[in-house]
Amino acid sequence: MNTTFEALVDPTRRHILDLLRERPRLVGELVDTLKMSQPGISKHLRVLREAGLVSVRQDAQRRWYELRTEPLEEVDAWLEPFRHAMEARYERLDELLERLQQEEKHDEQDESDR
Amino acid sequence: MSKMNLIAEPGRPDLQMSREFNAPRELVFKAFIDPALVAQWWGPREVTTVVDKLEPRMGGIWRFVQRGADGEWGFRGVFHQVQAPERLVYTFEFEPMEGHILLETITLEERNGKTLVTDTSVFQSVEDRDGMIASGMEGGAEESWDRLEELLKTL
Repeated sequence: MNTTFEALVDPTRRHILDLLRERPRLVGELVDTLKMSQPGISKHLRVLREAGLVSVRQDAQRRWYELRTEPLEEVDAWLEPFRHAMEARYERLDELLERLQQEEKHDEQDESDR
Repeated sequence: MSKMNLIAEPGRPDLQMSREFNAPRELVFKAFIDPALVAQWWGPREVTTVVDKLEPRMGGIWRFVQRGADGEWGFRGVFHQVQAPERLVYTFEFEPMEGHILLETITLEERNGKTLVTDTSVFQSVEDRDGMIASGMEGGAEESWDRLEELLKTL
C-alpha cells in the first residue's frame, strides 16, 4: 500500500488517474490534455504501472493505458474502519441534537398549556 | 451512501471530515462545549466518556476519560480559539501516546436551519496521521468482533 500512496502523492499522477477513470487513453492524449512533455508523462505512467494503478493494453500499433482500481480499493478498505468509527461518533451527536430539539419543543408546549 | 465526507490525501499530514446536522448552529456548538452534552456523544457507544475538564476559552484545558472493558484512557488538549457559535481551535493528544499532538479546527456553518460541521486535523507528521487512521482500524475491528460475538449468541 505504501507504493500506492507514493504513486498518489503527485497531483499530476492523480490527474492522470482522473482522466483514465473516464476511459482508457493513449499517451498522446495525456500529453495534449496535461500539456506536458511525452517523457514526463511516460515517467508518471511508469510509476503508476509499478504501483499497479495502471495497466497497458496493446491494440495493433497503439498502447492504451487503463485504470486498475484494486490498489485503490485496498486504500479505501484501510480507511473504512476509521471512517466507520468517526461516523458512529457523529451518529451519536446527531441523535443527541434530535433529542435536545424534541425536549425544547415539549418545553414550549408545556409553557403554552399553562 | 455515507453521510460523512472524509478527505485524507496521501502523503499529507492532515485530514478533514465534514457532516451536516439537522439542528441550528447554536445547539450544535453547545454540544461541543457543554460537559453534560459532550459526555453523551463523544466516543464510541460501548465506552463511557467522563468529562474531567472542559474550559472552552483561549488557554483553557479540556480532558476526557474513556472507560471501556479493557481499561481507561485519557484525551486532552488546550483551547486556542473559541468563537461561538462558529469556530473552535484546540490541540488534541491521546494520553497513552503522549507527545503526538495534533491541531484540530472545528467550523460550523449555518445552512437553512441545518449546520455543516467541518473538522480539520493537522498532525505533526504524515506518519502520525496514518497512525491515527490505523488506530481507528483497530477500533473498527474490535467493533466487528463484538458484532460477530453478538451474532454468534443468537445462533
